[in-house]
Amino acid sequence: MIAALICVISVAAFLQFFISYSRSIIAAYRKSELSEQVREVVGIEGQEVNSDQFGRLVQLVRLCPQKGDDRTDLKVVGVYYWMMGVVRSAARQLAPRITSWAERERAGCAYFVAVALDRRIAYSRDLLAQQMSDR
Amino acid sequence: MLGSFDYVIALLGFLTEAYVVVRLCLSDSFLRYFSLTVYMLAVVGITIGQDVVLLKFGVSSPLYAYVYYYTDALLTISLFFVIMSFYHQVFRQMSVGKYVRWASVLLLSGTALLSYLIVRRMPNHHLTSRFVVEMSQNLYFVGVVLTYLLWGAVVKLRETRTRLIQLVLALGIFFSADAACYALRNLFPGLEANFLKWVPPLAGLFLPLAWAYTFTKISENARLETARVALPRMAAHQHS
Repeated sequence: MIAALICVISVAAFLQFFISYSRSIIAAYRKSELSEQVREVVGIEGQEVNSDQFGRLVQLVRLCPQKGDDRTDLKVVGVYYWMMGVVRSAARQLAPRITSWAERERAGCAYFVAVALDRRIAYSRDLLAQQMSDR
Repeated sequence: MLGSFDYVIALLGFLTEAYVVVRLCLSDSFLRYFSLTVYMLAVVGITIGQDVVLLKFGVSSPLYAYVYYYTDALLTISLFFVIMSFYHQVFRQMSVGKYVRWASVLLLSGTALLSYLIVRRMPNHHLTSRFVVEMSQNLYFVGVVLTYLLWGAVVKLRETRTRLIQLVLALGIFFSADAACYALRNLFPGLEANFLKWVPPLAGLFLPLAWAYTFTKISENARLETARVALPRMAAHQHS
C-alpha cells in the first residue's frame, strides 16, 4: 500500500519536475528573435512557429554543422514535445483547456528548434567566412 | 554480468561528476555551492571504491552488493545536505539560516532513526534485497518530498536565479525517478530484469549531466521568471 502511494506521488512529481525543467530550457531561447533568413527558409510569418513544423525543423537542424552546445537541449525538448503530443491526444475529448495548453507548449518547442537552427546557420556562416579568409 | 552499455553509463557518469567538481573548484561560486562540490567529490571517491570492489570480487558477490547499496544510501543522505544548502540560498534574504540548520540536524537525526528502526525490524540484520529496495525507496521518497517543498518555496518566493531553478529541478527529476523505480520494484519485483534496472543508472547519469550543463551554460547572473517555468496551476497560486 505504502509502495503504491509512493509510486503514484513520485510519478506525479517526476512529471511536474520534468515539465518545469524542459520549460526552463525553452524559456531561455524564448528571448531570442528569429532572423529573417530562418523565417524565409522555414516559411514562418511573424515570430510565431507552428507546432507541426517541429519535425521539419529538427531535420534541418541535423543538416547544419553542430556547434556542440545544444545537443542536450534538443534531446530534452524532443522528449518534452513528444510528451505534450501524448497529453494533447489524451486530453482532446476530456479537457479542451489542457489540449490548447499542450498545443502552446508544442509550439514553444518548435520555436526553440527554430532558434537553434538560426544559431547553427549563423555558426556555419562564420565557419565559411573563416575558411575563406584562411585561403 | 555487466554489458558494454553499463560501462558506458558508468564512465560517462564518472567523467561528468569529475567535470562538475573541477568546474566548481575553479569558479567563483565554489563557496556558494560548497555542499554540492563535497557531494560530487564523495560520488567520485565512492565510484572509484565501488569499481575496485567490482573488479576484485565481481558483480554477483555479496560484498559488492553491500558496498553498492550502503554507499548509495549514504550518498542519498548526503544529498539531503545539498538540498538544505539550496533551502539556505532560497531563504537567505529572510534571515532564517538558523532554522534551516536546525531543520537539517532534525532531518539527519530522523533519517538515522528511521534507518535504525528498519534495520532492527529485519531478522538477522541481513542486507536482503527486499530491505535494500524498501530502504532506498524511503530515502528517495524523503528526497522527493524535500525537493518538492523547496520547489514550492522557489515558486512562492518568486526566486529568479536560473541556476538555482535548474539545479533544484534536476534534483527533483533524479529523486522522483529513483523513488518511483524502487517503489515499482517493491510492487512488481519481476519488472526489475526488464527495464527498471536501467532507471537508477540513467537517473544517476542525468543528475551530474544536468548540473554540468547548468554550471557550464547558465551564468550566475542569469534570471528567469518562475511563472514561465512552473506548471500553470502553481504559477496561478504564485500570483494569488
